[in-house]
Amino acid sequence: MDDLSIVIVGQAGQGIQTVEEFMVSILKITGYNVFATKEYMSRVRGGMNSTELRIGSGKKRVRAYIERIDLLIPLHKNAIEHVKHRISKLNTAILIDPDMIDTKNYTEYNCIEVPFTKIQKNIGLKFINMFAIGVLSGIFKIPKETVEFYLKIRFELKGESVLSKNYNALNKGYDVGEKVKYNVPEMEKNTNVANEILLDGSQTMGLGVIAGGCNFISAYPMSPSTGTLVFVAQHSKEFGIVVDQAEDEIAAINKAIGAWYAGARAIASTSGGGFALMTEGLSLAGMIESPLVIHLAQRPGPATGLPTRTAQADLNLALYAGHGEFHRIIFAPGSIEQLFLLVQKAFNIADKYQIPVFILTDQYLIDTSYNVSLDEMYIVGVDHAFVKTQSDYKRYAYTENGISPRGIPGLGSGFVRVDSDEHDEWGHITEDLRNTRAKMMDKRIHKKGNTIARLESPIPLTPFGSTEFDILIVCWGSSFLTVKEAVEDLNHPKLACVHFSQVYPLPKETTSLLEKANTILLIEGNSTGQFVKLLKLYANIEIPTSQLYLKSNGEPFSVEEVKKFISLHLKKRGKKD
Amino acid sequence: MSTIFDYNTEAIAWCPGCGNFPLLRILKEALVELGKQPERTVFVSGIGQAAKLPQYIKGHMFNGLHGRGLAVAMAIKASNPELTVIVNSGDGCIFGEGGNHLNQQILRNPDITVIVHNNQIYGLTKGQASPTSGKGMETPVQVYGVTNEAFNPIAVAVALDASFVSRVFVGDAKKTKEVFKAAVSNKGFSLVDVFCPCVSFNKLNTYQWYEQHSYNLDEQYDPTDKIQAFQKAIETIKFPLGIIYRNPHKKTFCESNIAYEKDKRPLYQRNLDVEALRKLVESKKTL
Repeated sequence: MDDLSIVIVGQAGQGIQTVEEFMVSILKITGYNVFATKEYMSRVRGGMNSTELRIGSGKKRVRAYIERIDLLIPLHKNAIEHVKHRISKLNTAILIDPDMIDTKNYTEYNCIEVPFTKIQKNIGLKFINMFAIGVLSGIFKIPKETVEFYLKIRFELKGESVLSKNYNALNKGYDVGEKVKYNVPEMEKNTNVANEILLDGSQTMGLGVIAGGCNFISAYPMSPSTGTLVFVAQHSKEFGIVVDQAEDEIAAINKAIGAWYAGARAIASTSGGGFALMTEGLSLAGMIESPLVIHLAQRPGPATGLPTRTAQADLNLALYAGHGEFHRIIFAPGSIEQLFLLVQKAFNIADKYQIPVFILTDQYLIDTSYNVSLDEMYIVGVDHAFVKTQSDYKRYAYTENGISPRGIPGLGSGFVRVDSDEHDEWGHITEDLRNTRAKMMDKRIHKKGNTIARLESPIPLTPFGSTEFDILIVCWGSSFLTVKEAVEDLNHPKLACVHFSQVYPLPKETTSLLEKANTILLIEGNSTGQFVKLLKLYANIEIPTSQLYLKSNGEPFSVEEVKKFISLHLKKRGKKD
Repeated sequence: MSTIFDYNTEAIAWCPGCGNFPLLRILKEALVELGKQPERTVFVSGIGQAAKLPQYIKGHMFNGLHGRGLAVAMAIKASNPELTVIVNSGDGCIFGEGGNHLNQQILRNPDITVIVHNNQIYGLTKGQASPTSGKGMETPVQVYGVTNEAFNPIAVAVALDASFVSRVFVGDAKKTKEVFKAAVSNKGFSLVDVFCPCVSFNKLNTYQWYEQHSYNLDEQYDPTDKIQAFQKAIETIKFPLGIIYRNPHKKTFCESNIAYEKDKRPLYQRNLDVEALRKLVESKKTL
């Protein structure tokens, strides 16, 4: 066995999040590959939340969500029921506390008793998570120095008393853990992994924003986008970033556009509901040809929907938002590395081509973490595209490629005049329909459109799996690594998958690549097949409904369900042969 | 009199007699007298007849969306504090569609000047009530008369402790220029509510009406006295004109923003510290 899945379940407020962060950190420092993701309710206390830690041997990358649970740590009387569909009598070991959970219901499972409740009375209710961390550390025989090292990093600033109370709880857990009769499978460690970095989607988005040269962020908090704002705010001093918590998303996007106008690099970061408010501003960016980067962190709608769950259902929103006609580019990164790269690219592309560029993430990607090597985190560099103006400067000068050099106020002797009304080359309001309007539409839509159409997708379409494929699994956005793992596991001679990290415009090679397959299967996190329709519309690829796996219940895709879906079609294919 | 701010006057789309004409002239003169340069000045507006003013004045222009001018102006100033940023828009744009942007920008205190062309009517859409229309005013939409209370921008701005709160009547050029100059010179958020008659659609609030229903605050009036300012703000039988309130002790948005603590340069002049970024990425050894 070279990977193991641990799931911790408890109420909001019990500190499950700390267990996750603690364990992935110290397991990685120890030399294991790690992955973590969580599902949680939209509440600050109570309910039932869980987090999954996947541990891979030093040789095996673990980067996707699986349903299987090898070791379950329930910290509440209802915890096992919460994940009952994921546990098995054969494979799951449960660290169970008879004082907390009625063991009679679980006699057929591999239950290992751990006295969480008794200890809790001893160490205090607040420290049950630290105790659990101790137990797990003991089970995995993580060197105490490693645990202490990380404990110090986390609690150093909170003072000696907090540190020692946490240490006490952790230590007690460690002693218990060492004696727990659970055989950890032998897994190789790797010192290279120990030195790698560990990031979640939120932090990566934030790092990408900083690396993209962003120096202005105005945002209104909304799950699951808030983490990005928090990360950038925490580094605002170091990198000289103006942070403004906007009064609403309408203000946020107008401020982002105002900042770009004045020479800053800005991002509008939000979720579906917030972005819905931004659509008027998006259209403004289209008309005045402002660069703009938009982070749309998806969650299930309509309306408030499921605030803390995941979805890929705002593709159409991003694609069609805004009145009138104008160009846009939509990226949908499928991994931490892609996210970091594409956010940076988004800033340079938005700046150069003066269009809105979207980063579509979702709760799953945002709340997922794993270790990556520094080589996978490519720093692109900031390419400013603004120009110094001359006194005869025309903001909307007609050009062959449809891109008018973008001046900024105060740099040069020209005037930068932008207008949400239809305008002439100088930015003056106009209703000269036959000449100026026609020419401006030609510039903004056709000339600029042709220029954008010639752009290569930053990450080329690359099939994974068999090079001799005739069944091709298509996915986009955050399901990438789940689908990839499923395809690798199945290891079928005729099977491959392809991931779209740029969903609009479709990469040029889309049709030719997809036409190579006899059967295309498509997986996406919505109920109507938004990307299926996009493929039909823009690549003339038709995928029958029977070949779609659509999911919209708010949960992420698991490797198992994707394998099951593919296997079903492999069987059908077998019959045909 | 011609000024260095003259621009594109032949294109003006206002009705003859509109209060926007004297307002534009007085604003240009005020800026000249303050020594402002068009190259360092940005005129921001929303949508409406008043919002067309930036089309007719030399300088940088951001003619944005209805109601959103203040959000844009705040961001421009926050990105380049060296620019003079002036918003011109109407009562519908700033008090109606953009009402909360007004409140929330006052609280941030960006160093910008907001000139509201308050004609108590919707001009561009041809004569519906505005947030400042008087109760009872009949319009094609408010067929049986306005039933809303009139919005009181002065009282709101004083309540929010705006840095500079003033009201003028554009028919009094001397006073208007004096207040414009003080507003643009003020370091912080400056509101100038300008009674600015609409000769086409508001037959009630005319030049003559404003003259009869307003008076200049006397020399002894102390605008730093907040209680007194509030008393003046709620006078609506005859409106007091002049600088009604000022709080000179407030820090501006940029002065209190960490991005300007050590580095005063506009954002466009700065480069990403790639070494610091690399270090930050490399430091992410744990969550």
